[in-house]
Amino acid sequence: MNASRGVGLALAVSIAGSLALVVIYVVGGSVQQQGIGLALALGGMGTAIVIWAVALIDAPIEIEERHSFATSREETAVVDSRTGAEEISRRRFLAQLLAVAVGILGATLVLPAFSLGPQPGTDLFRTAWRRGMRLVDAGNRPIRPDDLVADSVRTVFPEGFVGRPDSQTLLIKVSPSDLALPSGRSAWAPEGCVAYSKVCTHAGCPVGLYRAKEHLLLCPCHQSTFDVLRGATPIFGPAARPLPQLPMEVDADGYLVALGDFPEPIGPGFWDMTHAPADGG
Amino acid sequence: MAAEPMLTWIDERLGLAAWARAGLRKVFPDHWSFLLGEVALFCLVVLVLTGVFLTLFYVPDATSVTYSGPWAPLRGQSVSAAFDSVMRLSFEVRAGLVMRQIHHWAALVFVAAIVVHLLRIFFTGAFRRPREINWLVGIGLLLLALAMGITGYSLPDDLLSGTGLRVIYSVVIAIPFIGPYLAFLVFGGEFPTTEIVSRLFVFHVMLLPALLIGGVLVHLAILVRQKHSQYALAGATEENVVGRAFWPSQVFKSTGLAILTAAVLALLGGLIQINPIWAYGPFDATTVSSPAQPDWYAGWLDGALRLFPPIEITALGITIPSPFIPGVLLPGIAFGVMTLWPFLEAWATGDHAEHQLLDGPRERPLRTAFGVAGLLVFVILTLAGGNDVVALVFAVPVEAMTNILRVAIVAVPLLGFGITYRICRELYDRREATGERRGSVRLRRTAAGGFEEIEPD
Repeated sequence: MNASRGVGLALAVSIAGSLALVVIYVVGGSVQQQGIGLALALGGMGTAIVIWAVALIDAPIEIEERHSFATSREETAVVDSRTGAEEISRRRFLAQLLAVAVGILGATLVLPAFSLGPQPGTDLFRTAWRRGMRLVDAGNRPIRPDDLVADSVRTVFPEGFVGRPDSQTLLIKVSPSDLALPSGRSAWAPEGCVAYSKVCTHAGCPVGLYRAKEHLLLCPCHQSTFDVLRGATPIFGPAARPLPQLPMEVDADGYLVALGDFPEPIGPGFWDMTHAPADGG
Repeated sequence: MAAEPMLTWIDERLGLAAWARAGLRKVFPDHWSFLLGEVALFCLVVLVLTGVFLTLFYVPDATSVTYSGPWAPLRGQSVSAAFDSVMRLSFEVRAGLVMRQIHHWAALVFVAAIVVHLLRIFFTGAFRRPREINWLVGIGLLLLALAMGITGYSLPDDLLSGTGLRVIYSVVIAIPFIGPYLAFLVFGGEFPTTEIVSRLFVFHVMLLPALLIGGVLVHLAILVRQKHSQYALAGATEENVVGRAFWPSQVFKSTGLAILTAAVLALLGGLIQINPIWAYGPFDATTVSSPAQPDWYAGWLDGALRLFPPIEITALGITIPSPFIPGVLLPGIAFGVMTLWPFLEAWATGDHAEHQLLDGPRERPLRTAFGVAGLLVFVILTLAGGNDVVALVFAVPVEAMTNILRVAIVAVPLLGFGITYRICRELYDRREATGERRGSVRLRRTAAGGFEEIEPD
């Protein structure tokens, strides 16, 4: 087949593709039909032009000279004289002052950018958890230890703050005799119930996977793995800190309640995280 | 033809004919590897065209609405107005889904074409004097393309991209001293915020495209001004450009390539599903999907976060959070070295001369070895970004896979460096020893099944 026939054929394919595209659009064809129609319309035309360029245009090889870019001294000298520029270099102090003023003005003009966000304040140190708040599930139902199936995991929130991202907490019931919590926390796990922040201490993802047999919590984002029985200490992956544990007890009605906020900041680390603000809590 | 009086009319007022004639006569070297950057340019055109269409339907609003469209699994669920608008675009707007998918595919191919173009420039030494400025502009364009990708990826406000934003927030917050302030400025508060979607939108459709298109124009203007570098093929010297005139041969070839690029993107967008947000679901701060991988060009950053050991140092009351080194320092160093490479190489080799003729990779063993090592770091980190998926494929525990990759990230680039250096050296030395001239070698298959070289005539 000679090249001009090839070009003609490819253009015919393109026209057919375009017409098909119109039909597909009007009758509301599928995304696949739209893609194929468009690909035929474009592909036919592109092929035609490329065949044309390669087979039908016999462009000769040409040679073009390069030239140097650096401006010659004579040319720069002509620019420098009689332009009034020497009036600027003579007043050096004023020129420097101008540069300083421009710098200060520039810095000032950046100020409105600070309207974009609040100061972090205590936001990164506090969650909504307070002493006496009940643990509730996503449906706002309070929870008794007996409601929990052993080795199952449930996402809970402080009562009145269902869905609040920084307060999402994992509640897990294990056999009390298996627990080996850090010292001072034995009272935080009534009837073998332990609660840890669900926000990963590495990059903040919800620690969404629980390997019940091994009592391990796994973050699906970067595979940090936390040992539930030993205070959610990280045993694998990039997380370096345990998931903060929520101190809790059982109230007079038999429901789980918090004894206070998490003892440390939850979630990903930040430079001054060891300097908890003294106020409130 | 009516065109000629029209052109004359314009020329009488603007005097462009001589300028246009010179432009059309401009000589371009004819080599396929010079078309890689063009593919990126044509992807950008497709991105702008499809992007304008998408913008007309997208709603940059995080307000909760109840989904009531045709996709049954989500009906009645609370989603953001942004997510709802992308669902409507995908299911109810005619040609909406194909536009969305072409846009996303074009973005992936755009970054890929930029990276391959960059590799061509790197391995042939096209960044050397006088082209250092255009190398810097090019690195800027790569960064802008990545920023476009990440901001656009997050606009549908789905669960997967929300997870990506969350990781970005955590990396920003990890920067010592300024992290929390910077993160609160960018996101408008503690993650997740309702402000972020509309902010990403402003960046994705206004600020970044303006910078990107302006940068491309500068990139091309410098290219035209400096003329192409060229391979040391027949007749090419440091003082000339050998090739074919822009009109008609190169115009036809480039136009054909542009339309074929668009055709491939149309085929990808039509036939291969991408970013099915209806399968991911709307963003929810307490949920996460598994496995979760970003688009290909961000995988290495996530991989670095996954491989880095659990080190979080607190000294003098200042904590260096674990994501800081792999998430901020590592990409900072990588892009820093890349940006400064032309100057580092000139300083290290003492070669400050102008170069219009390109190197073959074997002629610069050290540079080529560095490039290969860098590429291997990228490949291993990208694999690490999918370590859970890779572990499934090879049926090994994800912990073992991670540890293998932790060894590989150190060993493989070093090995690759050594092997590449040796191969280049030997290829180069052998050619120097035999005094062969540059050019291709012709082989003939022998009856015994081996190959023999045909003497050049």
